[in-house]
Amino acid sequence: MAPTSVSAPASRKTSAKPAARKPAASKRLVVFVATRKGAWFFHGDAGRKTWKADGPHFLGHNISHVQLDPRDGRTLLAAAKTGHLGPTIFRSTNLGRTWKEARQPPAFAAPTGGLPGRSVDHTFWLTPGHASERDTWYAGTSPQGLFRSEDGGVSWAPLPAVNDNAQLRGWMGTVQDGTPDGPKLHSVIVDPRDPSHLYFAMSGGGVHESRDAGRSWTTLIQGLQVVEGFDAGDVSFHDPHCVRLCPGNPDRLYQQNHCGIYLLDRAAAPAGDAAADTWQRIGRKMPKRVGDIGFPMVVHPRDADTAWVFPMNGTDVWPRTSPEGQPAAYVTRNAGRTWQRLDQGLPGSQAWWTVKRQAMTVDAQATPALYLGTTSGELWIGRDEGARWSNIARHLPEIYAVEVAALP
Amino acid sequence: MKVLIPGALRSYTRVSHVEANGHTLDELFGDLERRYPGLRFRVVDEQNLLRPNMRIFVNGNSVRDLQQALQPDDAVAVVLALSGG
Repeated sequence: MAPTSVSAPASRKTSAKPAARKPAASKRLVVFVATRKGAWFFHGDAGRKTWKADGPHFLGHNISHVQLDPRDGRTLLAAAKTGHLGPTIFRSTNLGRTWKEARQPPAFAAPTGGLPGRSVDHTFWLTPGHASERDTWYAGTSPQGLFRSEDGGVSWAPLPAVNDNAQLRGWMGTVQDGTPDGPKLHSVIVDPRDPSHLYFAMSGGGVHESRDAGRSWTTLIQGLQVVEGFDAGDVSFHDPHCVRLCPGNPDRLYQQNHCGIYLLDRAAAPAGDAAADTWQRIGRKMPKRVGDIGFPMVVHPRDADTAWVFPMNGTDVWPRTSPEGQPAAYVTRNAGRTWQRLDQGLPGSQAWWTVKRQAMTVDAQATPALYLGTTSGELWIGRDEGARWSNIARHLPEIYAVEVAALP
Repeated sequence: MKVLIPGALRSYTRVSHVEANGHTLDELFGDLERRYPGLRFRVVDEQNLLRPNMRIFVNGNSVRDLQQALQPDDAVAVVLALSGG
């Protein structure tokens, strides 16, 4: 299907296009694929034409996320558990040639203040810390918890202002309230301008912000909708699926939510003004037959007006499949005023997979490519910013997360 | 005492049977952790509870209480519960 444009009134101010020159092409790229049954790494050439598989790593383990440390370009962390064993973190300092287990994986503290004790089921999300804080990492878990490592992932400490905060704990609900494979703390974001400025999101339990390195948190749900009939003032009912901060404009965030696609411009008004903390539902401009429900949210490495989503069927019983069995990405290039369909090369019919919240990403090459992993175990590349899709791998286990990194 | 280790934990012990000591199951897992760092947390969670899909047999009897007393000649088996698909 050719790209189609869905127009909307031009009311939102879009960002100035980045003045910085496009980066030179890296010699090598690596795509890190985390699956229900292990991890695979795909090494690509500079042209992103040929890919060599490296794996499986941790065959049989549930790997929720694999992340490369961009500060050294060689340290990898992998969040693992198995069907029977408890959770852990594996660490490699040589791009996956050898692995060593964390000495102290994320684990909740003993219960305090009358709150029930909790046990980490799995680490779901890994985020490298600020560029100035070498060896700092953050981990989000299921059930919801936030943890920090200051030694490169060897040992992890809980953040009590999240994990033991009675109000936040109330919004987290119980395991019974969570997504089918457990309630998640995800989208841990570090402001590239300030290591003390953090965000995280919870499914369910809203979006939260700290400006003091995680010692205190405020809630960022203004403007977000909840399922019809529920109280939007109750943080418990808010279900952000994926939140991303724009590298090209760290005052702008995009969000794929259970109830639509949103944009937040922190610089839209003076600090403290409600407009600076109010999400705008930009998904209303998506085609009605597709809707604006999905899991992943991807932002351009430089252009803050450009973002991608991968819609899924969120009607009636929530099939969580591609709408009408016709998978497609959608891109906006004007901060959500219009959206274009990107499905060239993807199956045109009877493709009932979808893409989980961590399983779609973008590289930072001069002309970026998108990468996505499907619930049916396929890895795809969307060349020219998603304009042309082709398959990299098939027959992998269910894909949980996809990350890409350029190597020197 | 002798401890039977399931296949899923052999990445820690490398062998199926190991020797470890303790007056209780909790102490036994403490000793196993000292000998094989990381093993205990895969079996016992941070609230000191046996993980849901793990079972422990002492002389053939199923035990879930980590305060279960042990004798030096007891035979302990760590077993993955038969579950999943």
